[in-house]
Amino acid sequence: MESTNKPGAIALSIAGTGDLTGRRQVDVFSYDEQIVRMFVLATVFWGFVGMLVGAVIALQLPFWPANMGEYLTFGRLRPLHTNAVIFAFAGNAIFAAIYYSTQRLCKARMYSDLMSRVHFWGWQAIIVSAAITLPLGVTTSKEYAELEWPIDIAIAAVWIVMAVNFFMTLRQRREQHMYVALWFYIATIVTVAVLHVGNSLAIPAGFLKSYPVYAGVQDALVQWWYGHNAVAFFLTTPFLGLMYYFLPKAAERPVFSYRLSIVHFWSLVFIYIWAGPHHLHYTALPEWASTLGMVFSVMLWMPSWGGMINGLFTLRGAWHKLRESVVLKMFVVGITFYGMSTFEGPMLSVKSVNALSHYTDWTIGHVHAGALGWNGFMTFGMIYWLLPRLWRTELWSSKLANAHFWIGTVGILLYVFSMYTSGITQGLMWRAFDETGRLMYPDFIETVVQIVPMYWVRLIGGSLYLVGTVLLSINMFMTIRKAPKNLPDPAIAVPRKDVGELQPA
Amino acid sequence: MKRLLKSNGAHRKLEGWPLLFTILTTLAILVGGIVEYLPLALVQSNVPRISSVKPFTPLEVIGRDIYIAEGCNNCHSQMVRPFADELERYGEYSKPGETVYEHPFLWGSKRTGPDLARVGGKYPHLWHVRHMEDPRSTSPQSIMPPYPWLLRKQTNFEDLPSRLRALRRVGVPYTDEEIENAESLAREQAAAIAADIVAQAGPAGLEDKQIVALIAYMQRLGTDIKPAVTADAGGALQP
Repeated sequence: MESTNKPGAIALSIAGTGDLTGRRQVDVFSYDEQIVRMFVLATVFWGFVGMLVGAVIALQLPFWPANMGEYLTFGRLRPLHTNAVIFAFAGNAIFAAIYYSTQRLCKARMYSDLMSRVHFWGWQAIIVSAAITLPLGVTTSKEYAELEWPIDIAIAAVWIVMAVNFFMTLRQRREQHMYVALWFYIATIVTVAVLHVGNSLAIPAGFLKSYPVYAGVQDALVQWWYGHNAVAFFLTTPFLGLMYYFLPKAAERPVFSYRLSIVHFWSLVFIYIWAGPHHLHYTALPEWASTLGMVFSVMLWMPSWGGMINGLFTLRGAWHKLRESVVLKMFVVGITFYGMSTFEGPMLSVKSVNALSHYTDWTIGHVHAGALGWNGFMTFGMIYWLLPRLWRTELWSSKLANAHFWIGTVGILLYVFSMYTSGITQGLMWRAFDETGRLMYPDFIETVVQIVPMYWVRLIGGSLYLVGTVLLSINMFMTIRKAPKNLPDPAIAVPRKDVGELQPA
Repeated sequence: MKRLLKSNGAHRKLEGWPLLFTILTTLAILVGGIVEYLPLALVQSNVPRISSVKPFTPLEVIGRDIYIAEGCNNCHSQMVRPFADELERYGEYSKPGETVYEHPFLWGSKRTGPDLARVGGKYPHLWHVRHMEDPRSTSPQSIMPPYPWLLRKQTNFEDLPSRLRALRRVGVPYTDEEIENAESLAREQAAAIAADIVAQAGPAGLEDKQIVALIAYMQRLGTDIKPAVTADAGGALQP
């Protein structure tokens, strides 16, 4: 099969083998690096925006006057925060990872530069439409699926473009074997499409309003089949793919275990899907579904820790490198938080634990340990590794990057521990009875007043994390300023895959 | 199993076949969803019908859509769990058959504020007016934001028919009559609520304002069923 990657193959004869002039032995092509630069810039920008909205809503809880008018109340801004950090921040980070690593793992340029850019601009346009519609109260109310039907259609269209570009690149690959990162990207692309279509099925009642085809119990199940698997296949699998590519590169060590990667990949993608009902324990969802959700969520602990083990053990013999490398610091703490969250998740899925934790801030603490620790830090590690390579210069300040790491880590700890305190306190207060058999705290407000101080601590933690992102933005901006004017795509030469034995003259 | 996982084994071969790999992955991720969803859709006994549960009235549909637009579900759940403390605090636990007409469901996932599944009839209309206008006027230490614009913004009665028609498409049994007369039915219910508010010494002129639609919705919540069992003051359950 002729390789057709731009800028085209050059015929080279190999000195000393005479017979081979005119036959192409080597393909010379380039990777599209511009698209990765674009996604990296978008990641940092939206990370700042999404976390800023997070800080605003964190302030609005202990300080209600921060709810500034009709369009910026907590109820309107919270979905903007979740959509921005999941789809705009983590989303662009995933795409940066996929575009950078897929090309190199396939030894092939992306199938279509045009599709790459349609994907990029389409995705940013979707984010902007979310930023406009959500404060206006245009929402389905379904968590992480709040965007109304015209935007849902746009998401599907852009996702299809991305999928075609990705799978055609796989088809044209020069490296026959698919590295593990690519398995995780495949799972991501396929499953997110299924989840999005499944949970967005609705009948429009106007241009900006629709009603889901599901109701009540069925809607609850479909929503949390989607919601939990948004975590699984948007916030976990692509980041595991990212980990499998960037960690061995940064540590200059091989991945710990090939067999482990096979076992944990298949068990993870199969088991995760069933976990949705753990969001619905003791609700009107039938008990059998709730039990299935619990059992599979507990089983999920193992494949998740398979990923953590494979990641951390990859650093065997390289732990000393952490001292000098902010990239490795970010990855190690990121993977550790992944391990923590994927232990806590199964624990929270146990019905008796859930009876206490459901509806409290413990859930929020759990989410943010995973989001800030795993998703955030893996993204930051990747970006600090990519910046010098994408812009062909040194990182402007490694001191600033280290400051980001430490400030961010302290931020996460303040956030998570304040939310554990708040969640468990409130859960215990709600269920407390006095000696006469009456509720100890019959007025809900008593349980709110008790936890408001923890809302202030969370605000501090989240703000520190935001400060870390600002430090990253400064470092990125100053690094790019030092970059050479011209950033040509890197040219690669590889042997053509169907070249057999060289014939002697 | 070992042959499958060897570095030159069957899985290694599979890693060279992206199409097959993708198909197998797709099958793997479809199983759980099918097993958990299909019985809920096909087996009636999972969601036992309750004959007293009826669709929301046209005005209540508007009110529910306002609840959604303002993001109330981000802080308030609507799902009483079968725990002693919740029976005591909120009332009868929520049944699957109660939310069969709720597109989308609003069970919620967080209680920054109290659960609202059985808030219907708990407070007079005027309480809701005051509470939405300024939560601290009814609950001094509340952290809830104020919603004064709900007392000023006009209720949109005009797109009621298209909303009800869409709801009918997804299975809510509105009749042609109800849809045709939706606006007048809604205005009638709104006028009654507004009159009650005035009778309670509240502000006049709210019959065409969003607050009344929201109140209509909130006063309906949880009232379609009569509690089978209640907890008395001593904590013991009595029929």
